[in-house]
Amino acid sequence: MTAHRPNTRRNATLALALAVACILPLVVTSPSHQNFLILILMFAQVGVAWNILGGYAGQVSLGHVAFFGIGAYTSTMLFIHAGISPWLGMLAGGLVSSCFAVAIGWPCFRLKGHYFSMATIAVAEILQVLFTNWESVGGAVGLNVPLAEQGWANMVFNTSKLPYYYIALGLLIVTLLANWAIERSFLGYYFRAIKDEPDAASSLGISLTRYKLVAIAISSFFTALGGSFYAQKELYIDPGSVLSTSLSIKMALVTILGGVGSLFGPVLGSTLLTSIEEVTRQAFGGSGMGTDLILYAAIIIVVAVYYPTGIVGWLRQIRRRYAKPEARG
Amino acid sequence: MSRLLVVENLGKRFGGLAANEAISFELQAGQIVGLIGPNGAGKTTLFNCIAGFYQPSEGTIHFLGKDITGHASAQMAHLGIARTFQIVRSFGSLTVLENVMVGAMLRNKGVGAARERALAALEFCGLAGRIAMTASNLTVAEQRRLELARALATEPKLLLLDEIMAGLTPSEVHEAVHLIKEIQLRGIACLIVEHVMEGIMPIADHMIVLDYGRKIAEGTPAEISRNPAVLAAYLGE
Repeated sequence: MTAHRPNTRRNATLALALAVACILPLVVTSPSHQNFLILILMFAQVGVAWNILGGYAGQVSLGHVAFFGIGAYTSTMLFIHAGISPWLGMLAGGLVSSCFAVAIGWPCFRLKGHYFSMATIAVAEILQVLFTNWESVGGAVGLNVPLAEQGWANMVFNTSKLPYYYIALGLLIVTLLANWAIERSFLGYYFRAIKDEPDAASSLGISLTRYKLVAIAISSFFTALGGSFYAQKELYIDPGSVLSTSLSIKMALVTILGGVGSLFGPVLGSTLLTSIEEVTRQAFGGSGMGTDLILYAAIIIVVAVYYPTGIVGWLRQIRRRYAKPEARG
Repeated sequence: MSRLLVVENLGKRFGGLAANEAISFELQAGQIVGLIGPNGAGKTTLFNCIAGFYQPSEGTIHFLGKDITGHASAQMAHLGIARTFQIVRSFGSLTVLENVMVGAMLRNKGVGAARERALAALEFCGLAGRIAMTASNLTVAEQRRLELARALATEPKLLLLDEIMAGLTPSEVHEAVHLIKEIQLRGIACLIVEHVMEGIMPIADHMIVLDYGRKIAEGTPAEISRNPAVLAAYLGE
């Protein structure tokens, strides 16, 4: 009975959260507020994707925007030149991104810790410069998603934000389910072993390179889905928006703030961070270039010093504090 | 008896420093072999070469008749060579049970099967009452046994134990000795680096002594303890 209770409570919380998430955009009808909710879901989704590599396997990537951008460009290019529906383009983008990730990961995983992170920054920067100067993908001007018939088949909606909201929610749920499955399979154990003690992991027969590549392939796949979604939501992409460094940092930060290596950490992190950003953007207006970066820095410092386990860790602490007297009495 | 491990003319150089030089020895299936020597004699280097953590500069290592020189540590584990570390390296974010499950997953990726096997290994190592704890909350002696359980869960044919008795109380040493004998009864050979003589002398079938990177003596524990070269290495001329 007591062993059951936390699970039941957890399931109830999840069901409630899902119900709220489904109903929320029907209550919040202003397009700008709906857009804000969509951003929360979108950054939660890429945060959850980032978490597979950065959180579970402990390989902190600060260049994940590369995968996001590849997803956005692949689906958009396929839509423009071959008329392929973004739904399929999204999957294609995921696969292209995974292949790219493995090709990049192969040399980069020879580097450890901070050196790996630095290499990922370089990869993303190179990609941004490359796309900015590559005329066939629009160069610095970017790409417009073609004016297609509005509707689910083309993932184009001009009159309402509502469908985008539910697509973002669906993507988040799919990514969470994938993470959940990984967490419970041998991969979850292997990733955490690699993160904690790589030498011990390899002494137990875990090929470090192979499983880091598995982690980056899965992580980049789901990150690319987020990129394709972003392209459809904005109907326009350019290197400055889908290959920007600050996006890489945000993916990592959402997760670090919420709780590294925890399933729902990025969801909480995205909710908080996106909200803070929205508030500062309104407070400082368009002139606030850079306020978000100052904010990122402040959050990183506070989390690193006081809450290295993020919001999830902090909530667990509180729960333990309140649960203790109960358990004794 | 069949030859499990054959090391021939093994050398390992770090720049100009020869940490191991021309070391040859054999280890039979099911045998306990002690590897001793003063600090800096090259014991851990030799260990790391056999476990696949270092690439030997020269010489060969054969395991079950197969040349395994220079294989990576993960491959060594697949072949049946498991190791523990001198400084314990438990997976800090995993529970005791999960630590051992990671080892058990080498032979079967199923989580349920790994759990069964991990429980058996923990029971064998006397940690059955600790399975839900975080590894970092265990005592030193328990952490050593956890490493042992984790290595055993990979179902090795050869276990490399790096100073698992260091820092233990006399009664804990006694327990460790008992445990290693039990492991031998399961047909698993052990190569043991050890400073604690009262731990290694009674259980070793064979001893190898290193000094300055070279093998200076080998034989039964009784022979070793009378060997003038060994006495000189330990006590000085």
